[in-house]
This record gives sequence, C-alpha cells and structure tokens, in this order.
Amino acid sequence: MRIPRIVGGAVALAVLGAAGFTAIAWRSGIEPIDPPASASFDPVQVAEGARLAAIGNCMQCHTAPDGKPFAGGYPLKTPFGTIFGTNITPDPETGIGSWSEAAFQRAMAEGVDRAGSHLYPGFPYDHFTKVTERDNRALYAFLMTREPVAADAPPNQLPWPLTFRPLLAGWKLLFLETGEFRPDPSKPEDWNRGAYLVEGLSHCGACHTPRNALGAEEKDKSFGGGESDGWHAPALNQASTAPVPWTKDSLYSYLRTGVSADHAVASGPMAPVVRNLSRVPDTDVQAIATYVADRMGAREAPADPPTPAAEAPRQPEGRAATIYRGACATCHDANGPLQFASPVGLDRATSLAQPDPRNAIQVILHGVETPDAKAAPLMPGFANALTNAQVADLAAYLRTRFTGQPVWDDLEAEVGRARTGDSSE
Amino acid sequence: MITLSVNGRDHQIDADPATPLLYVLRDDLHLNAAKFGCGLGQCGSCMVLADGLPVVSCVTPVVALEGRRIRTVEGLGGADDPGPVQRAFIDEQAAQCGYCIPGFIISAQALLERTPSPSDAEIRTALKPNLCRCGTHIRILRAVRRAADAMRTSVAANPGGEGGQ
Repeated sequence: MRIPRIVGGAVALAVLGAAGFTAIAWRSGIEPIDPPASASFDPVQVAEGARLAAIGNCMQCHTAPDGKPFAGGYPLKTPFGTIFGTNITPDPETGIGSWSEAAFQRAMAEGVDRAGSHLYPGFPYDHFTKVTERDNRALYAFLMTREPVAADAPPNQLPWPLTFRPLLAGWKLLFLETGEFRPDPSKPEDWNRGAYLVEGLSHCGACHTPRNALGAEEKDKSFGGGESDGWHAPALNQASTAPVPWTKDSLYSYLRTGVSADHAVASGPMAPVVRNLSRVPDTDVQAIATYVADRMGAREAPADPPTPAAEAPRQPEGRAATIYRGACATCHDANGPLQFASPVGLDRATSLAQPDPRNAIQVILHGVETPDAKAAPLMPGFANALTNAQVADLAAYLRTRFTGQPVWDDLEAEVGRARTGDSSE
Repeated sequence: MITLSVNGRDHQIDADPATPLLYVLRDDLHLNAAKFGCGLGQCGSCMVLADGLPVVSCVTPVVALEGRRIRTVEGLGGADDPGPVQRAFIDEQAAQCGYCIPGFIISAQALLERTPSPSDAEIRTALKPNLCRCGTHIRILRAVRRAADAMRTSVAANPGGEGGQ
C-alpha cells in the first residue's frame, strides 16, 4: 500500500529529524564549581576585564533600573517580547558564581549557559563569539570579583514556542557564525583593533544593523541603521544621512565626550554607551572611531545643501513656527537671546535628517541629558508642556525648515508610541 | 487674543502667542510666585502645573497652553490659607533665600497628586528638575514627606473632599 508507506516514511523522517535536531540542540552541562575566591584572580587581569566590560556595555543590560551593578533584571524589549538581563554577579544560586571559566568561555563563544541551555540572542553572542579567549578570561576575572548579589531576574515575557530554548539551535544553524575575530593583515593595527572591538565586544551592529523577521542581523545591510528601545540607531555606513559627513575626529569626539558639535549629543540608549566608554583607554576609542569612520566611507556633502534657517517666510506663521519661536529659538537660533551652551545646530542635527523621526520626537519629549546625566539637562523635555499633535507639528516644522526633506509620515501616532514607551518603563 | 485658564479663571491674553507663559503670568496677570531663574528651562524656578503636570513656564509659549488647566503656587493657597504643601514647607522652614521654592512646591504638588505615598527615591526623582543653590535639600525632602502625610490624613478625614485646590 502506497499511502501507509508514505506515512511510514514521513514518520521515520520525522523521528530521524527530531533525533538529529536533538543531537544538534543538546548541549552538555558543565560541572558547577564553588565560587573562586576574589584573591585568586590577578588584579591586573581584573582591571583589564573592567575596561573590557565597559567596552562591551555589559552593565547596561545586566543591571535593573536603579538596581545593583550586574545583578540582572534589565528589561530588553524585542519585537518578540521582553527578555530580562541575567544576574552575572558571582552569586552561586542566582548569578554565575558556580560557572567555571570554561562555562563562561562557552557562553561568550556559543551562547550556551553553564547547564547547557541555549541563550537567547538578546545576549549578543553573534558578536561575542569574536572575542579572544584571553579577553574572555579577563572579563571572567572581573565579573567573578564583583560583589555577589542574590537576585533572580524576572522570567522572560515571550510567547510560546519561543519559550522552548532548543529551537535556538535552529536559529544558530541559520545565523550564528562562531569563531574568534581574524585581523585583516592589509589594514593598520588601529583599524584592526577597532574592527575587533566594534564587531566583537562592543556589538555595535546589535543596534545599528537592521534585523530580519527572525531577529537576526541582516548581514548584507550591516550598519545600515537599526533600533533600540524606541530610538532609531542611525546608519553607520554609506546610508548615513548626517548633513555633515562623519569623520574619524568627529566620531572620536562623540564617543569620548558624548558630543559632536556638527552632529549630535549622545542620547537615549547611546548615552550609557558613551558613559561606559569614558572608562576605556584613549587608544581604544581612537581605534573604534578609525574603524567606524572607514565603514562610513568618504561621503560627498549633499549636492543640495540643507536649506539653512533663512529669513522666516512672510506668510502667516503656523502654530508650530510660533511654538518654535517661544520654546526653541531662545537656545537654538543663532542670535537667540539666552545661550549658555552651544547646542548642535538644527541644520546639521543628525536626528532631524534621519529617515526615522523617533530620535527627534524623543528629544522634544524628554530633552537632552548632560553626558554624565548628573547635572541639569542640556535641554529640557517638553512632554508635559506640549500635546501629541503639537509635538508632531513641531517635528514636521523642524524637518522642513532645517533639512528641506519630506516630512515624516504618521508623526502623531509615533509621538503617541513614544509616550506609551514611557509609561511602560 | 488667547484664552488661558489660570487657577480656575479664564483670562483673555493680548500678547504675541510665542510669549513664554512666565512673562504673561508675571507681567500681565501679576502672579509673581513663578520666578525667572535661567530662562532656559534648566533650573525649575519658573515651574507651574499644566493639567497637573509640572512645566517650565519660561520656555513654554502661551499658544501651546490654550485649553489646558494652569495652576501656579498662588492657586494652591495664600499666606492666610496655605495649601498642605505650602504649610509643610513653612513648618519645615525649607526656604533659605526662597527663590527656587515655588518650583519645588509645584514639583511636590504634581508628585503628591499622582503618588500620595511616594518613596524617598520617587521624591528625589520628582525634584530632580529643580535646582537649589542655598542647599536646603534636606529640609525640602522633609517638607515633601510631611506634606504627603498631611494630605493623606486630610483625605482620610474627608474622603469626598478635593485636596490642593
């Protein structure tokens, strides 16, 4: 009989497939250890690990808002649901205190935890796999000498079947290319250092590269612009729309001080990146700037320079223009009456020139913090003062007046979404 | 002409619609509680409430506030009948030079209307936009906690009543 044979074949295939998949998906546990004594680690290695952890921005996703450093609980919002950063302090029960160095090395290189479960790629092991064994050893030394904190991260909020971690083995088959970074011998040393950091530990592409429907970075659009936590992560390649092209020097200034006068003040999810980089040796920041500037390429200034803030048109002033005059011009007009700091000129602000309006909206709503986020903000937020419609009008007005580009679509709804993001935080 | 609702009363304002609310409050309506500090929205001494939320009135043009319910410190009570937040600031002697205090009172009022039992961290976060250069922060924090207690007690004693206005 033909049909039973087909069924039998299908069953056999399914069994074989399941067995094969299980073989691929199954990873052994690594024996737990007693947490090593802090004194057993070389202080030089610990200090090196601290610098590397700053470059990796580890603290951001592994620390809850107002929580203890590295004790986990940070809600990482993804299109699939919310994943909570885990506790990576050396607490043996809730952190990584029982992890041997081998277990840590495997997690970084392959995205598998000590017990053998696959980790979600919210932990960017597609980048961390490039980190050298030596640097991982230093990171391990740093983390294992932190204060142990007993804290369980909240359970991830993911829909079935994503809660079934063996599925991640399939994701890895499709998208994960393991292996340490290989330098390009034709490039200078600082370029290679920058490439190693940017593509590896710094995992810049995790936000700055668009992701496909399965949440993997689209390799052919590397650095083409992505997103993070309600903000647009601008393109770091030829697709950059910065009115003044980025250079190594301006990237260095931005990453070192949080400000590039011709582009932007580091804000949103980029602000903690820059704060962490302040603990990193200058040579590494220079190297990162060298590599990213090279990836951005030499871009001609646009043929049609942005229409600068010329004479106000002699027609009845719209409501947004009035709001601009009353709320923004004091600081942003070249001859504004009160200026204590020089804000980024709006004709060159990257946020207004981007294809995505979210950063402009975020800044209007929430203002701009100082790079260390301690002093009074550089710019106050207008979330309480302006309605969604007013913010949308103002964003459209700024876009037209300072960039000459077509007004963004769907602005008022976008403002609403930016506000909803607030309340869920 | 722009119609502004301030402390429960409508006012017809004849001013350039881009004029910051602070100037209209002080110069046209003679409500002098809100202060001009930096003029840049940096220090909080010009704060008022718009629909219960604190806004920096020195950089908020009146055109944006039509139809919104504005309240200033004058609307929270006067010298003879201070509101609970004002009473608490007096009882704790929270002012040194006092220039920033109206802004702190506004931030505290906005906080306590939405969060009647704030934690210390919530109080500090709510007061972050306000600067005080005399350094009376500890007394200000005590005043906000005292005001919270007083407002909860008054709500408990008079559950139907509306506090603060």
